Amino acid sequence: MSRKIRLREALREAMSEEMRRDPNVLIMGEEVALYNGAYKVSQGMLEEFGAKRVIDTPIAELGFTAIGVGAATAGLRPIIEFMTWNFAVLAFDQIVNHAAKIYSMSAGQINCPIVFRGPTGAAGQLGQQHSQTFESWMANVPGLKVVSTVNPYDAKGLLKTAIRDNDPVCFMESEVCYSDEGEVPTDEYLIPLGVADVKRQGTDVTLVSFNKMVKVCLSAADELAKMGISAEVVDLRSIRPLDHETVIKSVKKTNRLVVVDESWPFAGVSAEVCYRVQKYAFDYLDAPITRVNGADTSVPFSSTLVDAWMPNPEKVIKAVKAVMYR
Amino acid sequence: MAKKTKTTANTATTFSKETYLQWFEMMYRIRRFEEQAFMVYQVQRKIRGFLHLCIGQEAIYAGMMSACRPDDAWITAYRQHGTALAKGISPRAAMAELFGKYTGNVKGKGGSMHYFDASLRYYGGHGIVGGQIGLGAGIALADQYQGKDSVTLCLFGDGAARQGMLHEAYNMAMTWKLPVIYICENNKYAMGTSVERTSNVQDIYKLGLGYEMPSYQVDGMNPEAVHEAIAKAAQHAREGKGPTFLEINTYRYKGHSMSDPSKYRTKDEEKAYKEQDPIMVVERKLLSLGMEQTALDALREQINAEIADSIDFADKSPLPPATELYTDNYTQADYPFIMD
Repeated sequence: MSRKIRLREALREAMSEEMRRDPNVLIMGEEVALYNGAYKVSQGMLEEFGAKRVIDTPIAELGFTAIGVGAATAGLRPIIEFMTWNFAVLAFDQIVNHAAKIYSMSAGQINCPIVFRGPTGAAGQLGQQHSQTFESWMANVPGLKVVSTVNPYDAKGLLKTAIRDNDPVCFMESEVCYSDEGEVPTDEYLIPLGVADVKRQGTDVTLVSFNKMVKVCLSAADELAKMGISAEVVDLRSIRPLDHETVIKSVKKTNRLVVVDESWPFAGVSAEVCYRVQKYAFDYLDAPITRVNGADTSVPFSSTLVDAWMPNPEKVIKAVKAVMYR
Repeated sequence: MAKKTKTTANTATTFSKETYLQWFEMMYRIRRFEEQAFMVYQVQRKIRGFLHLCIGQEAIYAGMMSACRPDDAWITAYRQHGTALAKGISPRAAMAELFGKYTGNVKGKGGSMHYFDASLRYYGGHGIVGGQIGLGAGIALADQYQGKDSVTLCLFGDGAARQGMLHEAYNMAMTWKLPVIYICENNKYAMGTSVERTSNVQDIYKLGLGYEMPSYQVDGMNPEAVHEAIAKAAQHAREGKGPTFLEINTYRYKGHSMSDPSKYRTKDEEKAYKEQDPIMVVERKLLSLGMEQTALDALREQINAEIADSIDFADKSPLPPATELYTDNYTQADYPFIMD
């Protein structure tokens, strides 16, 4: 049995089910309790679980993240909600210097089972400081795991796994997709971290993407189909660990690759995917790999500038034509 | 209401001879450990990297040891050998860690700055100044959440008191009445920068008052004063009344780390503190309580032998095998590291 629910409901179901299952799971962050979440992801959770487990914090990302990390090392399994990952930058010391390293520093004596979650990426005209992506920043750090998805089915299964994971997991969503609907089973299920998913089968070109750029790729694939080009769309879902085997398998079939990544191009996820494909599928490539990224600039406010900055289906189609020599 | 009370050597509590002897033994063990580690670093050059010594600050760890329960959690910064020994990490495991040996308390992976011992509730050993102020509140939150009545002792230096973390953590610790005791080891210098040069507010305990946290100054050259202040704060926390902030005034005899000639302070200042050396003061107290000098000298010799043994043990221990590089990064046994 399944039914259509929104992304925010899928995330909420994941958290609520895990909180019912394990009394040591709690959620803390700005506006998560009384306000029901800045984006209503945690709506109703205060009512069900009470203020001990659904904790409103002051606006103090560094401090409440540290408290979450400390609590994780002492037996709890906190979910830290960032209103946006842009604000998590204030807490990077705790994520990068502490959460990611305590297991290594303690030589395996003390682990840190914690989930840091919230929306990432540009979400319309929000300006330079509210429009960034952080997958590649976090995925650069050994000790962390990184998930990035907006698909309701994937989000629920992956978040439940992330909450049960004994290592720190950075979980990235998108505020423009919280109302997206998708089929989600009523029965419990888990999705393992580190496994990509082929969202559309194709034979002529592989589009590799994650988070809301998967939607851009699927739109582009629809248009490409009308031109007689069959595009396969691979959704990475997890960024660290990265399932390159699914990508390699697809590239060996299509022989052409476009990586679509909203992040800035420099040393990002797209660069890592390109490295691995040239390493493991060099002889299968019929054209140089191309990528479509957010522009190598800050994201300004005006709509024309946001449009110019963002990857979109037209840019993806253009890139596909380039690798197809058409 | 929070207020300042100046704790002095004239404490209300009377301590037994056994307690003074425990303090003497632990303080001398820490002192000897640090002096010998210094020698091994400078002369034998068998310890490398950073080495932050706590010589002069031993009374704090002695007072913590006697005032706490074993199930209380401790977390501190990188000047931590004394804290770790007082919590119960053995000199052998501590010295071997300085050598980077596999027999160290964290298998040679942490070194001087990152000792941990989960079984002792010793939570490190942290190298980012002030980061542990929030972690300590989190450990206390976990204990409170799980209905335990243990408390967390969270130490940091006067330098860390100037980090923003202090304010965020103090605010939440007070709001949520977390069972944490904040201890600022004020040794007067943030590396080479004096307290006077880092803020308009030179009495660090006053930083707690902005959050209405009970905040006190304590004489850190005196284990009696430290014990009494911590015992009171622990009782307060165990009763569910929340955190206490203790600014414990102390002095480090050595430089910040190994390459610091301490040119920013005067010989007179160093002399003034050494005249109230906590080991010397406790030794005099023990003699006044009827201990024989020969018994104390014998105890010193015993500890000297213990520390010599720890160096011998560390020296003869194996280094970690290179395969340890890929352990303890993730709990996931089959994590697919990038290997090319």
